[in-house]
Amino acid sequence: MRRILLAAALCLAALPAASEEVVLGLSSDTVSINTNFDGSEILVFGAIKRDAPFPAEPPMHVIVTVSGPSEPVTVRRKEKKFGIWVNTDAVEIDSAPSFYAVSTSTLLGFALSDTEDVRHRVSIPRAIRSVGAPANIVNSETFTQALIRIKSRSNLYQLNEGTVSVDEQTLFRTSIALPAALTEGDYKTRIFLTRGGAVVSQYETSIYVRKVGMERWLFTLSREQSFLYGLLSLAIAIFAGWGASAVFSLLRR
Amino acid sequence: MQIYLPIAEVSVNAFLLLGLGGIVGILSGMFGVGGGFLMTPLLFFIGIPPAVAVATEANQIVASSFSGVLAHFKRKTVDLRMGTVLLVGGLVGAALGVMVFNYLKAQGQVDLLVKLCYVVFLGVIGGLMFLESLNAIRNVKKGKAPKRKKHNWIHGLPLKMRFRVSGLYISVIPPLIVGVLVGVLAAIMGVGGGFIMVPAMIYLLGMPTKVVVGTSLFQIIFVTAFTTMLHATTNFTVDIVLAVLLLVGGVIGAQIGTRIGVKMKAEQLRILLAMMVLIVCGKLALELLLQPSELYSIAAEGH
Repeated sequence: MRRILLAAALCLAALPAASEEVVLGLSSDTVSINTNFDGSEILVFGAIKRDAPFPAEPPMHVIVTVSGPSEPVTVRRKEKKFGIWVNTDAVEIDSAPSFYAVSTSTLLGFALSDTEDVRHRVSIPRAIRSVGAPANIVNSETFTQALIRIKSRSNLYQLNEGTVSVDEQTLFRTSIALPAALTEGDYKTRIFLTRGGAVVSQYETSIYVRKVGMERWLFTLSREQSFLYGLLSLAIAIFAGWGASAVFSLLRR
Repeated sequence: MQIYLPIAEVSVNAFLLLGLGGIVGILSGMFGVGGGFLMTPLLFFIGIPPAVAVATEANQIVASSFSGVLAHFKRKTVDLRMGTVLLVGGLVGAALGVMVFNYLKAQGQVDLLVKLCYVVFLGVIGGLMFLESLNAIRNVKKGKAPKRKKHNWIHGLPLKMRFRVSGLYISVIPPLIVGVLVGVLAAIMGVGGGFIMVPAMIYLLGMPTKVVVGTSLFQIIFVTAFTTMLHATTNFTVDIVLAVLLLVGGVIGAQIGTRIGVKMKAEQLRILLAMMVLIVCGKLALELLLQPSELYSIAAEGH
C-alpha cells in the first residue's frame, strides 16, 4: 500500500515537469542564398513556459539540432593493391543529412541518455541512417565515422557542446553558423528540454533555405529549359572569346 | 570576393577563379590544348563537385579555344581542311568512347582505368616529345639542319588530299584514324583531347608545329561545345556562373598565350608542352602510389 502511494506521489511530482513547454524564436526563419552568399548565422532563442514552479533537481538542459535535407551517399575506401591505391570497398548510407548541427547546454552525453538518443536521433551518428553494409565488409561503422569526419572538416556536421546558454532555468539562446556550401531545402530545427537524461519537452520548426534573384532564375532555367540553358552557356562562351579577340586586336593598333 | 555558384551550390572566391582561368587560358593559346586536364583537378581541389567541374570546364574551353582560334585565323595558322577531317573522326570516336565508357562502368573500376590511361598516355607522349625536342634543340645549336619529314608508308595510302596550310599531300585515312582514336580517349578520359591531338598531329601526320596549335583549337571548339550541350541537357551540371568567371580569365589568357607562342621556336614550344604533360603525369602517378591522407571518399548517389 505504501509502495503504491509512493509511486503515485512520484507521478504527481513528475507532472509539473511534463508540463514544461518551449516557446521559440528564430532570428529569421528563411535564409536567402544570393550571389554573394558567404555563410550565415542563425540565432535560436526561446523561453520555457511552466504551469507550476520548476523542480530544482535534476537540472534542466537544452539541446538544439538543425538538419538539412537528407540524401543517400556512398562512402568508398581505398586500399593498396598491386602497388597502387584503388577504391575497393564501398558502403551505401541510406540517408545522411547534407547539414547537421547539434548544440547543447552541457556535454551531450550528460544531457541525453542513450535510449532517448536512439528514440529521437539527436547525436550525429544517430542522425545518419545506415541500414546495412554488404556482408563482405567487416566493420561498417568506420565508413560512417569517415563520413562524419569528412563532413565535420568542412563544418557541415557540427557538435557544439555547451554553446546553448540558459538563464534562470527559463531563457535560452544559441547561434548556429551555416557554412557557405549550403544546399537548398527545409532545415528541420528541433529543441529538446531534458531532465536527468530524459526528454521532457520537444519543439519542432523549419528554417527555409532558398536561392533568390539571379541564383533562383539560373537554377530554374537549368532544370526546366536545359537546352536553352546549354545554348546560353555556349553563346556566352563564343561571345566572350570573340570579345577578347576584338579587344586585343584594337589594343595592337 | 565570395560568389555563390547556383548549380555547384558552393561559395568560392571570384578572383581565384579568374586567375586560374587566366593561367589555363595562356597554356591553351600557347600549346593548342584545351587545358581541361589541368583545370579539372584544380576545380576538384577548391571544392567544386566533380560532375559540375567536368561539365563546366567543357564550357570554359569553348570560350578560350574560340578566343585562341580567332588569333590564329588572323595569322592564317589554321588548317580548316585538316581540322574538319579530324573533327569527323573525333565525333565518331567520341560516340564509340561513350559506349566503351559505359561498358567499363558496368564492370566497375572505371576511375582506376581512367587514371591509369592518363598516366600511361601522358607518360609515353610527354617522354617521347621531350626527348625529340631536346634532340632538335641540340641539333639547332650544333648548326645541323632539321630533318625534313620522312617519306614513309603513310604516303602510300589511297584517297589523297591536299592540305595546303599544312603543306601536306597525304591520304585522309591517317587523320581520320587519329581523330577517331583521340575521340575515344577523350570521351573515356573526359577531356577535349588536345594534349593527345597535338603530338599526334606533329609526329604521326607530320604537320608543322605552328599550324598544329590553331588546328587543334579549331576542332576542340566543336568537341567541347558538343560535350557542354550533352552535360547541360542530361546531367544539369553546367554552372554558368562558374563558367563565366573561368572564361573571362580564359579568353584573355588565350590571347596572351597565342602571342607568346608566336614568339617562340617550335622546339621550345614542344619541349615546354612535353614538360607540362610529364608534370601532370607525375602528379597522377604519385596519387596512385603514395598513401592518401584520407582513405575514404564520399560520393552522392548517382554521380
